[in-house]
Amino acid sequence: MATTVEAENLGKRFKDTTALDGFDLSAESGTVLGLLGPNGAGKTTTVRILTTLLRFDTGRARVAGFDVARDARQVRRRIGLTGQQTAVDDLLTARQNLVLFGKLFRLTKAQARARAEELIGQFGLTEAADRQAKQFSGGMKRRLDLAASMILAPQVLFLDEPTTGLDPAGRREVWDTVSHLAADGTTVVLTTHYLDEADRLCDRIAVIDHGRNIVEDTPMGLKRRMGADRLEIVAADPMDLPAIAGIVAPLSSGETTTDQAVSAVSAPVDEPVAALTAAATAVQEKHLAIADIGLRRPTLDEAFLELIGTTTKEADQ
Amino acid sequence: MTTLAPQSEESLGSRIKWTLHDYRAIVGQEFSHFLRQPATFAWQLGFPVVMVLLFVYVFGSAMDVTGEGAGVDYVAYAMPGLFAMTMAFGFMNTAFALAAVKEKGFVDRVRSMPMASSAVVVGRNIADTIQAAVDLLVLFLIALVIGWRSEGTAMETLGAFALLLWLRFALIWVGVWIGLLVKNVEQAGNLFALAFPFGMVSSVFTPPELMPGWLGAIAAWNPVSATATAIRELFGNPAAVGNSWPEQHALPAAIVWPAVITVVFLPLAVRRFRSLGR
Repeated sequence: MATTVEAENLGKRFKDTTALDGFDLSAESGTVLGLLGPNGAGKTTTVRILTTLLRFDTGRARVAGFDVARDARQVRRRIGLTGQQTAVDDLLTARQNLVLFGKLFRLTKAQARARAEELIGQFGLTEAADRQAKQFSGGMKRRLDLAASMILAPQVLFLDEPTTGLDPAGRREVWDTVSHLAADGTTVVLTTHYLDEADRLCDRIAVIDHGRNIVEDTPMGLKRRMGADRLEIVAADPMDLPAIAGIVAPLSSGETTTDQAVSAVSAPVDEPVAALTAAATAVQEKHLAIADIGLRRPTLDEAFLELIGTTTKEADQ
Repeated sequence: MTTLAPQSEESLGSRIKWTLHDYRAIVGQEFSHFLRQPATFAWQLGFPVVMVLLFVYVFGSAMDVTGEGAGVDYVAYAMPGLFAMTMAFGFMNTAFALAAVKEKGFVDRVRSMPMASSAVVVGRNIADTIQAAVDLLVLFLIALVIGWRSEGTAMETLGAFALLLWLRFALIWVGVWIGLLVKNVEQAGNLFALAFPFGMVSSVFTPPELMPGWLGAIAAWNPVSATATAIRELFGNPAAVGNSWPEQHALPAAIVWPAVITVVFLPLAVRRFRSLGR
């Protein structure tokens, strides 16, 4: 598969802060790459550099086969950008917005009109096409925003926090739209600090902190990096916790922990299915009452917090 | 699907053609705004109209600019000043509009597109200059209604209006630059406090001769004064001309000043736009 987005050793300093420092990134064409990280980690700086909006100090970046610094104009013809703030003209209707952006993408008037019609249909804006954008819901406005960045059917679409500030329905609308675009072959690079969003949309996730890409992996791989699956048993009666711990400990590959607050015993296991079966059998033989038994995979939140070193009680265990 | 092959723009001719195409798109966007909310534009025009009524009917009765007594010929003196003042203040509307556009992320999108990077600022200037022409026309009609007359020939009168638009055209670049420089719309609003003395410390309403010496000198050299004095000459209205160089050579000053402003602020504005967020 071809590499559509490629950054090597990018460095960018603002007056008194280092925004990016030895930053590497790559995205295969037709995939969704998520940039995940806390505020100030360098996500937006990365997007602004890759979309030719920001100059960088060191390193090299190529997007859609062109050098971002040398061939900015070529890059601009092949990318779409939806920034943190919606970039539609509130006073204009959805159709007027799309025609305007079409013209600014240097389509002729007739082409711009035809393309606007296509996008209105594709992005489910038919009924709202002649309403002013300022009357739109957050999700609709984002969809219009996305439609505007898709006018030239770009090879790479950059989305900077596409769902920030949207209600759950709005987020779902945007997720569906992004999934469809990716399925149609658009390479998508998106930033987010919502882990569920990254988990749901991305083929690969780059975890960014302090201007560096500290790890790049699939969502599943990231979770695996957090270590093995955990066997967890919740006791119906807290009095049984020691007995349950006695069952779990021999099956575990690591430390067994007991959480009195939720009456749960959990431990990492190397062979999850075998351990679960053995534990269930033992519980039955000893006639212990339990509320729940199961395997738990670390959540992306845990992986993320672990990776950026801001450990919480939950991730510690 | 529509054919979306990126347009070739190898030759200079096609680059110019596409750049003009971009300007037209941005001017068209402004025109759509006008059609969508004429009320906003009416309010922007309301300010100079209220100023006309205030100065002519409230302050005017107490002003003696001709030495022949308070109120005498004040309409003839004040109207050209009000024309000039409308041109002088209007550029703040440009600053507001650009500060607002910048806040909304529109500029980022546009800058990530393969269009001419000058289109947003140049298009804005063209649209605002056209709007200024409309403002002037309305003010001109109001002036006729309250009894002001141009004593000059048709050519002189048209020349005066050209000078007014020339001043505005130049100041719009300042407005664009300020709009791109400020952090947000509120800051642009604060700067109006600076624009106000810029318009007022001039020969617009009071002859610089009547001000304290140092202030009079500033007023005499103010580009707004040059235009005000020049158009008074062209309109054949009383002009209370002092002895300073710019007052004695108001016509050339009214041509040169805006040119200087444009030469300084046009590149500043375009450069500021290109380097936004860098």
